[in-house]
Amino acid sequence: MTARDLLPIVAVVAIIALAPLFTSSNTVLNFLTFALIVALAAQGWNILGGFGGQFSFGHAAFFGTGAYATAILQMRFGVNAWVGFALGLAAGALIGAAIGYLSFRSGLRGSYFALVTLAFAEVFRIVANAAEMTGGAAGMLIRLDVRPSNFQFGSRAAFFWIALALVALTLALTRWIERSRFGARLVAIRENEEAAQALGVDTLRTKLAAIALSGGVTGAAGCLYAQYFLFIDANIAYGTWISVEALLAPIIGGAGTAFGPLAGALALHGLGEATKLFAFRVPGIDLALFGCVLVVTVAFAPDGILGLIRRLGRAGRPAPAPAKT
Amino acid sequence: MYAPAIVAEAVVNGLLTGSVYALIALGLTLVYGVLHIINFAHGALLTCAMFAVWVAHTALGLDPYLAIPLLTPLFFGLGYVLQRFVIGPASRGNDSNILLVTLGLAIAIENALLAIFRSDTRTLSTDYGFQTVELGPLLIAKPRLIGFAAALATTLILWLALARTDTGKAIRAVAKEKLGARLVGIDVEHVYAVTFGLGCACLAVAACLLMPSFYVNPRVGNAFVLVAFTIVVLGGMDSIPGALLGALFIGAVESLSGLYFGDSLGQLGIFVIFIVVLLVRPTGLFGAKA
Repeated sequence: MTARDLLPIVAVVAIIALAPLFTSSNTVLNFLTFALIVALAAQGWNILGGFGGQFSFGHAAFFGTGAYATAILQMRFGVNAWVGFALGLAAGALIGAAIGYLSFRSGLRGSYFALVTLAFAEVFRIVANAAEMTGGAAGMLIRLDVRPSNFQFGSRAAFFWIALALVALTLALTRWIERSRFGARLVAIRENEEAAQALGVDTLRTKLAAIALSGGVTGAAGCLYAQYFLFIDANIAYGTWISVEALLAPIIGGAGTAFGPLAGALALHGLGEATKLFAFRVPGIDLALFGCVLVVTVAFAPDGILGLIRRLGRAGRPAPAPAKT
Repeated sequence: MYAPAIVAEAVVNGLLTGSVYALIALGLTLVYGVLHIINFAHGALLTCAMFAVWVAHTALGLDPYLAIPLLTPLFFGLGYVLQRFVIGPASRGNDSNILLVTLGLAIAIENALLAIFRSDTRTLSTDYGFQTVELGPLLIAKPRLIGFAAALATTLILWLALARTDTGKAIRAVAKEKLGARLVGIDVEHVYAVTFGLGCACLAVAACLLMPSFYVNPRVGNAFVLVAFTIVVLGGMDSIPGALLGALFIGAVESLSGLYFGDSLGQLGIFVIFIVVLLVRPTGLFGAKA
């Protein structure tokens, strides 16, 4: 990875980082922060799903584990919030590795992998909804104590920048994956697992590393959510909504690209806010629209928004002459 | 410990519920067997069918059982159109695309229903909704008994149709060998759409049988479809007898674990079975070894 690889990341992040200077509206900052949390969860999904081709329908398992880990550590064990954040991230990675080990060792892929991840998330949701440790159906509150050393801030902008910093770090991580041998092995598995294996790729280890990274990043998004809203319950932390959004954003933005999840999350939430603002306040209408967008994207823009932009850009220029062999 | 009569009643009730699960699983298994896809929109389509029954009853005054001959062809048509003009063209035969397209449909349908009907839970009131039948020492709800008989009859009809009719033969041919079927002149896209339509028709029947004793809200299908996935995996993905036996088994397990552990943890039993079966024997208990 060279400095040139990082340049677009720095540029994009710098532009987004300026947002709080132009608006002091809490609504706008709330919207952006929430979209960034979803983007982070989606970046996690993208490592496993976009690069590795393993479509998880249950990333809520990692998101919720991160959120609950940090909340429980703080409220039940008095752990510092920043330490809780780090441990929550680690818990996400650990759960990722565990689910990955169980399912990849059994050779689950494609729809079977999607189903088993869905079931794991659902098991966690039911357990968190019933267990005493997690506060049961009433959920968990993190005590309001606004101190930076406690990961709570007086201004929304501060939290926005932290979310953005995490997204930026993951952008760099994803860019590194794109350029590294690890990434090449991962893409090889996505394109043809048998062929990759025949070429000597340790597919189980590569997939395990990918799902652990993926779980860690999405777990970090869960921690961030808990820390921002200071409340979680089983249907938020382990709910299907986050599994769906973590998958939708990369697919719509462009799966297997560094910027895809961020572009998708911003586009989706922008669209969601726009429908709420202009058209209807009917519950569910924005999600119904997301579903249609997903179908249309798969049908007409298989490489997502970014792929579409690239394709349109290429259409403007003359096609390169075919190489002679 | 519970008295034997209570346990027996739980088992019988579980088997009766299981028979309706079988219909839902049958649709899923049929689509999987022929198209080799897992239809993630199955639950949303079931919810859709249940709302159709509810609307037919409240707006037209149609009895849920009498709605069967009306809704079954309607949902067959809906399924046919969905596969032929949406899922098929949008996914271009790519497996992960199909996964995403059916997921997108599921989200769209579920939330469209939420937008139309809001999140209220609704029930039907019929004269026979709370009637019971005495079977020896057991008291069995009448709608469940009717559901059981009708579900078994539907399964039998479907099985006969697949085994005896020309269309059934074409469906089985496509399931076995797509390319070969195309070579002998079978319109594979048509067969795919017919199969998907049959899957939706099963859902319509299941919805009509469920509504007299169940409720409907926009998310109700999710609970059923996860159970149906479990059954289908347990039964070996593309086997009709497997789906039927798996469904009866799961119905009994759900009912018993509900009795012993309470409703929400009872659900847990199903998912644990699901995960274990997927991890240990993904071809199911009745399926052939892959």
